[in-house]
Amino acid sequence: MTFLWAFIIGGLICVIGQLLIDLTKFTPARILVAFVVAGCILGGLGLYDRLVDFAGAGAFVPLPGFGNLLARGVKQAVDERGFLGVLTGGLTAMAGGVTVAVVLGYLAALVSSPKAKGL
Amino acid sequence: MDKQTYADMVKAASPPTAVFGNCVRAFFVGGGICVLGQVLHDAFLGTGLARDDAGLVTAAVLILLAVLLTALGVYEKIGKFAGAGSIVPITGFANSVAAPAIEHKKEGLVLGVGAKMFVIAGPVLIYGIMASVVVGLVYYFVGGGS
Repeated sequence: MTFLWAFIIGGLICVIGQLLIDLTKFTPARILVAFVVAGCILGGLGLYDRLVDFAGAGAFVPLPGFGNLLARGVKQAVDERGFLGVLTGGLTAMAGGVTVAVVLGYLAALVSSPKAKGL
Repeated sequence: MDKQTYADMVKAASPPTAVFGNCVRAFFVGGGICVLGQVLHDAFLGTGLARDDAGLVTAAVLILLAVLLTALGVYEKIGKFAGAGSIVPITGFANSVAAPAIEHKKEGLVLGVGAKMFVIAGPVLIYGIMASVVVGLVYYFVGGGS
């Protein structure tokens, strides 16, 4: 059942992005920024985790899930170390994913010929 | 004819079915990437990883796949077909890091690969950090209610 909801919710979040591209002047870069910020705010309000409980990867694989991860991280850090957690929580939460993307992206650039293009 | 009039004319002339078709393709490809994430996540949970760790390893594998496909020039083709279906998942973020790094390699390892790698990911991280600080401040001063 989780697979079905992952498919439907994940697909629908992408449809929202597609509608923003087709019906407004949103570029892919703005979509990425808007979705991460939206996920962080929804996560801050404690709403996004409910979607994750329900849809699993359908909620945490799309970029709002990345924003939610930041919100969860900053709350946890504030719980653990008070005000200083405001400064450390977000970056700590994203550390793993960003490091993987940077390291692999860097290695890919070293070994590839520059014909691959972005979206 | 001003810019707005032209934009309205383009909007009126372009078939609404194009938007619908784009959405259908975004739905199936984006949903499919999420199902792949779910398969990986369940598999890693099955090996005894904690929930958060399984999430990170799942993200790492999806990022690895996206970077490989970007380097091979395949992700660009998926993107042309799927639109937001390939942009919105975490794989789109990985593509936004790898593609400009590869594309600008000839400008050098520092100002080419190093700087251009973050041409899209940089804004994402900056606004993500800003949002997390706002959430953290509200949570600290107002409390999360839990």
